[in-house]
Amino acid sequence: MSQTKNKRLESLQAEKRRKTVLSVVLAVICIIYVLPVLSVVINSFKQNTFVKTDTFALPTGEMWAGFDNFIKGMIFGNYPFLNSVLYSLFITIVSTALILLFTSMAAWYIARVNSVVCKIFYFLCVFSMVVPFQMVMYPLSKTADSLHLNTPWTIPIVYLGFGAGLAIFMFVGFVKSIPIEIEEAASIDGCGPLRTYFKVVFPMLRPTMISVGILEIMWVWNDYLLPYLVLDINEYRTIPIHIQYLKGSYGTVDLGATMALILLSIIPVIVFYLICQKYIIKGVAAGAVKG
Amino acid sequence: MENKKPKLKIFKNPLRRWGWLFLGPMAAAFIIGFVWPFIQGIYLSMCQFKTISNAKFIGLDNYVKALSDQSFRHSFVYTALFAIVSLVLINVLAFTVAYLLTQGIKGSNLFRTVFFMPNLIGGIVLGYIWSMIFDGILSHFGTSILMDSTFGFWGLIILMCWQQIGYMMIIYIAGLQAVPDDIIEAAKIDGATKTQTLFRVIIPNVMPSITICTFLSLTNGFKLFDQNLALTAGQPFVIQPDGSSIKTTEMLALNIFNTFYGSNSASSGQAQAKAVLFFILVAALGLIQLGITRKREVQQ
Repeated sequence: MSQTKNKRLESLQAEKRRKTVLSVVLAVICIIYVLPVLSVVINSFKQNTFVKTDTFALPTGEMWAGFDNFIKGMIFGNYPFLNSVLYSLFITIVSTALILLFTSMAAWYIARVNSVVCKIFYFLCVFSMVVPFQMVMYPLSKTADSLHLNTPWTIPIVYLGFGAGLAIFMFVGFVKSIPIEIEEAASIDGCGPLRTYFKVVFPMLRPTMISVGILEIMWVWNDYLLPYLVLDINEYRTIPIHIQYLKGSYGTVDLGATMALILLSIIPVIVFYLICQKYIIKGVAAGAVKG
Repeated sequence: MENKKPKLKIFKNPLRRWGWLFLGPMAAAFIIGFVWPFIQGIYLSMCQFKTISNAKFIGLDNYVKALSDQSFRHSFVYTALFAIVSLVLINVLAFTVAYLLTQGIKGSNLFRTVFFMPNLIGGIVLGYIWSMIFDGILSHFGTSILMDSTFGFWGLIILMCWQQIGYMMIIYIAGLQAVPDDIIEAAKIDGATKTQTLFRVIIPNVMPSITICTFLSLTNGFKLFDQNLALTAGQPFVIQPDGSSIKTTEMLALNIFNTFYGSNSASSGQAQAKAVLFFILVAALGLIQLGITRKREVQQ
């Protein structure tokens, strides 16, 4: 009797040891995982000439540049970095808001009315999810030019158009899962379609709104090619365009200043991630099921 | 769907009248942002043009030219190789990490947070972070990531693994958590070892997640652009005997971009034809992949 007890205890201890070892191994992998980000931090405080030769050394002694790189970065490439930040913020927020509002309205209409036109639009939206951007980039940039959608103030309309597919797909799927009786009850009580939508349907869509919102924010904030082709990049540069411009068009690059700008551009992303982590991971998992 | 159709006219008829407001804005933007460019793209692939207004219909010439273009063929082989290698590595590693993180070890949440983080950083920024790291290492050996296409290839693989493992891990964790505990328990009672349980019980049960992840990483691999542009931009270049140059680490999307906006502005039609071929390839790959893995799901 006591022998079996001992054996069980032993196997429990072995299990515990195995888990501790696993924890340690994973912790080490985690540290390796954040090294690239850490090296950005280190190098943003380093004198330019040492970034390439002593990439992994701490910025001590003569390598230390203080905040010089950040100050230089502000007007690096004859373009105020602050403008890039503001354009990126504006485009991301407005595009996401437009997408959330208009695609959820359209999705509700498509799911409930379900006429031939609705079916055609729904099919096209699903279809658009498998079309790579390169297929439409040339005609799209020309169309945007001719319709004057080529400024940061109007580019959200382009995002609404090209990004509608996934959003419609997710919203229609969700609307189909909510019982229609609630909306019918609202209309019997005298709500018109607009009030039914904003007072009844909109609040119910909240979880999908968050998922779609997160996916669109991640996409628009990091997007490079679409704004590069649509906007006049001498005047308007989002953060990815600005960083690509700095690295791409100069013979000798000030790596220290570039790293400072890269650090400044990933800090908001990481803060956003740490605050909304739960929603982001949920949103990503929801968006992935689109296959 | 069918049984959820509105039964009440009082609800459906007013809604139909408001169609212009509900469907209108999205439909208009969708036509500007997708439908019209898509149709125009197909038409332009059969035209010779410098600007859209002077497009001249020439039939399938562009496709013939695109298919016989050395650099396009090279980028296709290169992209296919990259997509397959990254698909295998990313999925094996992501599944392993997900499996370990669902074993109830301490700090799982923290690890998950860290592994997912690179996913939020944009492709251009990622490319420059890694080009600094690789050059930092390679400069000690007197070389650089732009000097050797082998470095460029594996560099991009490492970058993509770093970025995508966390994403796929999240999907695998969701799949693993959905496997009912009692069938794992049953396997244990029947005397299955840990490895047997993993391959005979757990993996067949997370097949839907595997479908999604392989599909995603394959199409991601083929569509890759930002990271490719930022890390190597196709370098090193090899000059062909006929004077043209092949960009050894240039992937399909970047090849199409360079054909459009490169030095030769007469090749726009050819570039659009490449883009159509690219679209057919990506769409077909997705469908085939889905078909195969769906079938295996049913069988098990």
